[in-house]
Amino acid sequence: MSAMTSEATIEADETLPMIRMTRDFAATPQQLMRAHTDPELFARWVGPNGMETRIVDWDVRDGGEWRYVAGRGSADDGEEYAFRGCFHRVGEDVIVQTFTFEPEPEGVALETLRFEDLGDGRTRLHAQSLVDSFEGRDAFLRSGMEVGVNEGYAKLDRLIANGDV
Amino acid sequence: MSDRLSRVFAALADPTRRDMVARLTTADATVGELAEPYDVSVQAVSKHLKVLEDAGLVSRTKEAQRRPVHLEAEVFDLMTKWIERYRQQAETRYRRLDAVLAEMNEQDNPPQEGTAS
Repeated sequence: MSAMTSEATIEADETLPMIRMTRDFAATPQQLMRAHTDPELFARWVGPNGMETRIVDWDVRDGGEWRYVAGRGSADDGEEYAFRGCFHRVGEDVIVQTFTFEPEPEGVALETLRFEDLGDGRTRLHAQSLVDSFEGRDAFLRSGMEVGVNEGYAKLDRLIANGDV
Repeated sequence: MSDRLSRVFAALADPTRRDMVARLTTADATVGELAEPYDVSVQAVSKHLKVLEDAGLVSRTKEAQRRPVHLEAEVFDLMTKWIERYRQQAETRYRRLDAVLAEMNEQDNPPQEGTAS
């Protein structure tokens, strides 16, 4: 089974504030579409990592809205993050949607997910995400990366300590 | 500390500064050399350089008379690392999706029914 999948690739475009990712799956495009549009299936994998996802709104049609809340810990001693957007277009093998992290309501990513049939029950996901500025894109890359950012801080600390910065 | 990180990202949010950084990846350059392709004053380029310097993205040699601008590649390693971290997070998410899809496969094609389609 492992031969049928490969690790995700990522590319941060140099001329557009865009992130592109691809990933192959041992599934048909129809199954991948279901895993993205069936709320129960979607909630099981979407993350962020280590969090439970609760779907609040889920109207899978052109122009329908979606909203989910990801959280961990208890209600009074935990953290919650809400995301929302619109299914702009749900086609046979494509989803075009917007994505917003609610604390930043004016920040919005335009996402296009394409399911390319590779035959033999394999499908390649092409996911691209466009935001309105490079700053926004880089903030996106940093988002939800507490560990990575902390490592970044540690490395910057060393640069500063060395007098390199 | 987060101010410093924000400065790195803010410094790179400007297209002229990104272009300057891109040109510095091939070789060090003087302020005059950096200013050449742009329709702006050396002074304006110096301002951009100051932002890049404050963010720790470039440094300028103290001793040499030309004071060439040098790119601090380590800071870019840091950014590459963030992109890689983002990719790894996506990969973790997609592995959960693999598991969901495998389960769907079993339900769609129950193994006890023999031949898989």
